[in-house]
Amino acid sequence: MAATDTTVDTVREVTEQYKYGFVTDIESDMAPKGLSEDIVRFISAKKEEPEWMLEFRLRAYRHWLTLKEPDWAKVKYPPIDYQDTYYYAAPKKKDGPASLDEVDADLLETYKKLGIPIQEQEILAGVVAVDAVFDSVSVATTYKKKLASMGVIFGSISEAIKEHPELVKKYLGSVVPYSDNYFATLNCAVFTDGSFVFVPKGLRCPMELSTYFRINEKNTGQFERTLIVCEEGAYVSYLEGCTAPQRDENQLHAAVVELVALDDAEIKYSTVQNWYPGDKNGKGGIYNFVTKRALCKGKNSKVSWTQVETGSAVTWKYPSCILQGDNSSGEFYSVAITNNAQQADTGTKMIHLGKNTRSRIISKGIAAGKSDQTYRGLVRMQGKAEGARNFTQCDSLLVGDKCGAHTVPYIESRNPTAQVEHEATTSRISEEQLFYCMQRGLNEESAVALIVNGFCKEVLQTLPMEFAVEAQKLVGISLEGSVG
Amino acid sequence: MSTTEMPPFLDAALPVPVEETGWLADLRQAGLDIYKRKGLPTPKVEAWKYTNLGGLAKTEFKPAALDVTVAADKLPLAAALSLDALALVFVNGRFDPAVSDLGALPKGLRVESLSKVLQAEPALVEPLLGKLATREDLPLAALNTGLLTDGLFVRLAKGVTLDKALHVVSVASGGSSAAAFHPRNLIVLEEGAKATIVESHVGLPDFPTFENSVTEVTLGEGAELKHYRLLNGPDTSYHVGVTLADVAAKARYESFALAIGGALTRNEVRVVLSGEGAHGVVNGSYAVHGGQHVDNTVLVDHAVPRATSSQLFKGVLDGTGKAVFQGKVLVRRDAQETDAQQLHKALLLSRGAEVDTKPELEIYADDVKCSHGATVGEMDAEQLFYLMARGIDEETALALLVEAFVEDVVHEISDEVVREAFIRKVRDWQTGREKAVWSE
Repeated sequence: MAATDTTVDTVREVTEQYKYGFVTDIESDMAPKGLSEDIVRFISAKKEEPEWMLEFRLRAYRHWLTLKEPDWAKVKYPPIDYQDTYYYAAPKKKDGPASLDEVDADLLETYKKLGIPIQEQEILAGVVAVDAVFDSVSVATTYKKKLASMGVIFGSISEAIKEHPELVKKYLGSVVPYSDNYFATLNCAVFTDGSFVFVPKGLRCPMELSTYFRINEKNTGQFERTLIVCEEGAYVSYLEGCTAPQRDENQLHAAVVELVALDDAEIKYSTVQNWYPGDKNGKGGIYNFVTKRALCKGKNSKVSWTQVETGSAVTWKYPSCILQGDNSSGEFYSVAITNNAQQADTGTKMIHLGKNTRSRIISKGIAAGKSDQTYRGLVRMQGKAEGARNFTQCDSLLVGDKCGAHTVPYIESRNPTAQVEHEATTSRISEEQLFYCMQRGLNEESAVALIVNGFCKEVLQTLPMEFAVEAQKLVGISLEGSVG
Repeated sequence: MSTTEMPPFLDAALPVPVEETGWLADLRQAGLDIYKRKGLPTPKVEAWKYTNLGGLAKTEFKPAALDVTVAADKLPLAAALSLDALALVFVNGRFDPAVSDLGALPKGLRVESLSKVLQAEPALVEPLLGKLATREDLPLAALNTGLLTDGLFVRLAKGVTLDKALHVVSVASGGSSAAAFHPRNLIVLEEGAKATIVESHVGLPDFPTFENSVTEVTLGEGAELKHYRLLNGPDTSYHVGVTLADVAAKARYESFALAIGGALTRNEVRVVLSGEGAHGVVNGSYAVHGGQHVDNTVLVDHAVPRATSSQLFKGVLDGTGKAVFQGKVLVRRDAQETDAQQLHKALLLSRGAEVDTKPELEIYADDVKCSHGATVGEMDAEQLFYLMARGIDEETALALLVEAFVEDVVHEISDEVVREAFIRKVRDWQTGREKAVWSE
């Protein structure tokens, strides 16, 4: 294993260097292109991980080699060359624009509409303003200290692996096992960073936790790994992701999110996803292949997923709940908007194992342009799910005659006392609604945005306040150019 | 390829049809090629996710012997529908004129056995046979194409309305061993023609039987076909049937299936609405008990604008019965002003029963009204209470509610005579069920 030793040495050098300053030569901060056992070892070594973590990664990698990329989703994309990707990339883009003047005017326009301050615009556009990053870091740290004093652990998963190995070891892979699916397995092998949240027994986390600052700090790469654990009676509300367009190349994001809720615990997980969707002709954009799953392990536990999906070229994402504890409940609220050539295959799974478990699914899909959208969901009532209930409502709205909206629900029931209800509709914006809005002086575009916002209201109002406002704006922006 | 690698139903000696014309030999080969490529579907195939044919594959079926006949007094007619109709009896997929009662056929109607037409006037069926059913995603229909020998051929001339229903009784009988047969039916209604065709699928419980039927229906402009099916085989019978209908402008295809018997039943219906103003109705109800398995799989393809369709299925599950409903509505790019509805409701009466539902919408046009709904649950306690509060004991109340649930869809049958026949059948089934409960 001479090669590996050399790699490890190289990594050590690189890591040491990195410690002495944020501005590092980009080349040295990148693993060689491609994927191999050496790369997996490289990543693990780079992150100074313990032996068990490396084992975890290698087991996943070896399993991944035996898997075939899934093709059941209703999405089309050119085959991904997994050897043509960097699995450990530097935080700074090599050919990033030097100033805002060089950034795409369309993009800046979007930022302006979102009301993002100029300094943040620079960060988001990839013009790395070191000061701003440092600011963010310090902000994050202030919060972290406050949280730590209460016993909440909130930080990057790499830190957690080092500082709280017993917790990570106990829960990592307990909801999404390393062998779960092609993309999750790949993530297990090569994940570079992500968040770790641990809320101890009986504590209601006093503030909404967000990855927003932390992502700026770390510029987290393509393979995020998030793990949130709520002990007995604890509560946390977690906001994920980029609320602004991320300028990116055609890139693969294969993230894994695991949530564990013990007895009486509650986790609220909100996402506003607005990765770069590619241009009008479908060139570029993110492949967002994400595995998100919650385990309602304890009795009376509750997990609520809310997502607003407006970005990415291709989305493959099914935030799910395993309702294991008696009386546990799972919720899924989703708004997915696709425009131009975007494709989204998204939905949820609710697996009812325990007695009196409850689940509720509200999914609103809006397809415009030439986009294709699929709701794919599974509700399963196992034999022991006495008195379980599910209600599902999935509505689709079509804007224009070149798009597609599809609904593929699977409903499996093995218990007579369990009750499942599913409703779905597909329609377009009625001429009448449009007429009434326009008759009051709104132009067609704003009228459509208003009607669509009304269509999504049930979901948007479950978002935390500051997210809800941004999400509403996003709805308008992502539909731009789809009417008239 | 050695015989051991062959998919089931091909390894035994095939009955070789005599004097086949070129096109038929080619069609047969095309069917066999698809089936050999795809094989017997497994749950890994999405369309068969919930229906496992593993048990079927393990039984050693032989091609049904050509000479099996059933004496008129041995026919399991009690299991079939009873109604005033022109009756045709098929035993193991072969027309049996001895026990059929067609009387004098009305003018404009041709009813014959397919084998006879294939021999005498092959040119009549050449443009139609296999046109709808030769598809990669229908391997069992392809097997049928490969092995077809007989079935029903119906052709109704332009503008003719059939007063009486045509009743096809399909009897499965193993004779001396487990038997498989592949009936092939062809129904053509010319412009403006109107007919009611009823099928009763029954059998003798002597040996396991496997009926793999394919029915191709072509409706001309403004034609109207009411197509009803009773699936009531004995516990030893397997039935996998696919009906494919092509519905022209302003034509109407109404289908209903009641599945109450048989070990495993798959009723697959595919309707293509290919002309403006076409209307498709695909309904069904089912009741399963013991280890029965019923699968209703529907695809309604809105290929043109301004067509309408509806699907309504209801079922009751008892014992360790299993039911599957997969209903899909496809609205193609230009099919504007489509109206498509779909609803499936299942009632679980016992622990161990299982129902799997997959109602699917695939929509590419924006000016449409499409909806689907699905519910699964137990008997509404409130309804039960309401009846019991009026002095009806629990068992009777439950029986009444179950009957009402199954019968609900039967009431949607637009042909009155047939509707009555189906209602009687549901009541018979219910009586039998009560007897079974008492004897337990």
